[in-house]
Amino acid sequence: MAASAMPARRRATGLMRSLFGSPLNLAVTTGFALLLWATLPFIVRWAILDAALLPAVPETCRAARGACWSFIIAKHSQILFGIYPYDERWRPMIVCLLLLGLLIHSVRPSAWRPSLAVWWLGALAASWLLLAGGMFGLLEVTADKWGGLPVTLLLTVVAIGFGFPTGVLLALARRSGLPVIRLLATLFIEVTRALPLLSILFIASIMLPLLVPEAFLPDKFMRALIALFLFASAYMAEVIRGGLQALPRGQEEAADALGLQYWQKQRLIILPQAVALVIPALTNTVIVMIKNTSLVLVVGLFDLISSGKAALADPAWSSPSVEVYLFITAIYFALCFGFSRFADSLERRAKGPAT
Amino acid sequence: MTVAATITPVAEQPAITMTGVTKNYGSFQALRGVDLEVARGERIVICGPSGSGKSTLIRCINQLEHHEGGRIVVNGTEVGPDLKQIETIRRQVGMVFQSFNLFPHLSILENCILGPVWVKKLPRAEAESKAMALLERVKITDQAHKRPGQLSGGQQQRVAIARALCMEPGIMLFDEPTSALDPEMVKEVLDVMLELAGDGMTMLVVTHEMGFARQAADRVIFMDQGRIIEQAPPQNFFANPQHERARLFLSQIL
Repeated sequence: MAASAMPARRRATGLMRSLFGSPLNLAVTTGFALLLWATLPFIVRWAILDAALLPAVPETCRAARGACWSFIIAKHSQILFGIYPYDERWRPMIVCLLLLGLLIHSVRPSAWRPSLAVWWLGALAASWLLLAGGMFGLLEVTADKWGGLPVTLLLTVVAIGFGFPTGVLLALARRSGLPVIRLLATLFIEVTRALPLLSILFIASIMLPLLVPEAFLPDKFMRALIALFLFASAYMAEVIRGGLQALPRGQEEAADALGLQYWQKQRLIILPQAVALVIPALTNTVIVMIKNTSLVLVVGLFDLISSGKAALADPAWSSPSVEVYLFITAIYFALCFGFSRFADSLERRAKGPAT
Repeated sequence: MTVAATITPVAEQPAITMTGVTKNYGSFQALRGVDLEVARGERIVICGPSGSGKSTLIRCINQLEHHEGGRIVVNGTEVGPDLKQIETIRRQVGMVFQSFNLFPHLSILENCILGPVWVKKLPRAEAESKAMALLERVKITDQAHKRPGQLSGGQQQRVAIARALCMEPGIMLFDEPTSALDPEMVKEVLDVMLELAGDGMTMLVVTHEMGFARQAADRVIFMDQGRIIEQAPPQNFFANPQHERARLFLSQIL
């Protein structure tokens, strides 16, 4: 309001001052201008003017001097869905649309009611069914043939979606008055945090089958999923415990004095404040977990990055790896940046006055 | 206001009976055998030097601190380690803290209806209308939808009193309710407490506001080193304290 009421001339002089007002500002401005001058023309030429687009065949790329976007156009379904059988790719496509759609739906506060959890459980079950098949006349596709974006999305959603509530319970357990519960939670958190995620994945996928008969084990994908979920829950537990410790004791005492029971007190008074306090740290953990999902490639699952790599192996193309990684980077960026915007809105909501 | 306790009080039964109550923090003895009987409707001011056990005493009544020895009986219910008993007592005993302890993430009105809705299972609309009536009594109505952080200290403490009253307690505990306030806000809080005292609420007030003690208390209790060493009606206590320690204390704060 105040800014738009300001006369245009005054705003312009403000900008001029911050760009050129002091010798230091002048130097920094000049430095950045030179940097842009040196790089921008090249980037524009490579990414846009000289880039190869259509027709999406190898010849287009060979003729062009710029980026080979034709490869992305020709191979997008392989990058996004990995080695999933070609004729069945509508299934992972629906899974992606379902999960992304529900994610977008879930960020609005008006959607936060108990039924949302039911929707999510339903969507996860449906995703699993669609990907695995073997029922309702769908061709069965085993988990080692799944790949790309649906794998990344499923791993992320489950690791974070189940990891967060479990982390909350672990954090509360670690502060519990009951010594056994406190000890178990502490033990789980410390052990899980002390192991690298890679070794947890190896234990889940390679060592467990040696110790337990195959018939009693869930499949490889499920095991990786559980490993990621446990890892996420241990990290989140410690972040949330930080928030619990930051709350003044008086909050708990006031809730006790009113006669609230333990779970009412946690749900209504303690957790909303503790979690709001650690939103920045939780966002950090979530974004690291989104990117951690790519580690499942070491146990033979194809996430987005590994299916991109696999697509590059086609000898007909001159393996435009920069373009493929840029494409994958853009998807990861959209996921991570989207989440960080969501976290930002949560933070503002937590601070804002009640209406 | 009619004070509706959750149990039917027996007329002759005291509101609170403490016998030989002890409490230690490690090697520090906070309470060394306290005996106290509080009649229904009685208003008691507890004073004494810091560390004398005043706060610990009233915090044992609603079990924010667990006593180690002795017995505490509130409205005929013995305060024990059993969680159910503690919950029963907390419903009948309201508490106001030195640092207000309002819930900053909830609006003023939500702060007030939390207990009635979740503990007493009152319908929301009924809880809200009762809360609004009590907020009006403490003169906060037009702020009901603000958050605690937007209110002054005096206003916050008045809301805290209203929040405790929303549970319709038979007994109110005040733990230094004006100590964290700017001087010009002390009066507005004391006025609300005086009004409450006039309505016949059973009150235990830990405070150094001797003006309040003179005006409202039936009895002043002086504590030192975990013991009650003197108790008397305010006029006697101020005019003629029996113990050397009490005389010293009064000479320092008056």
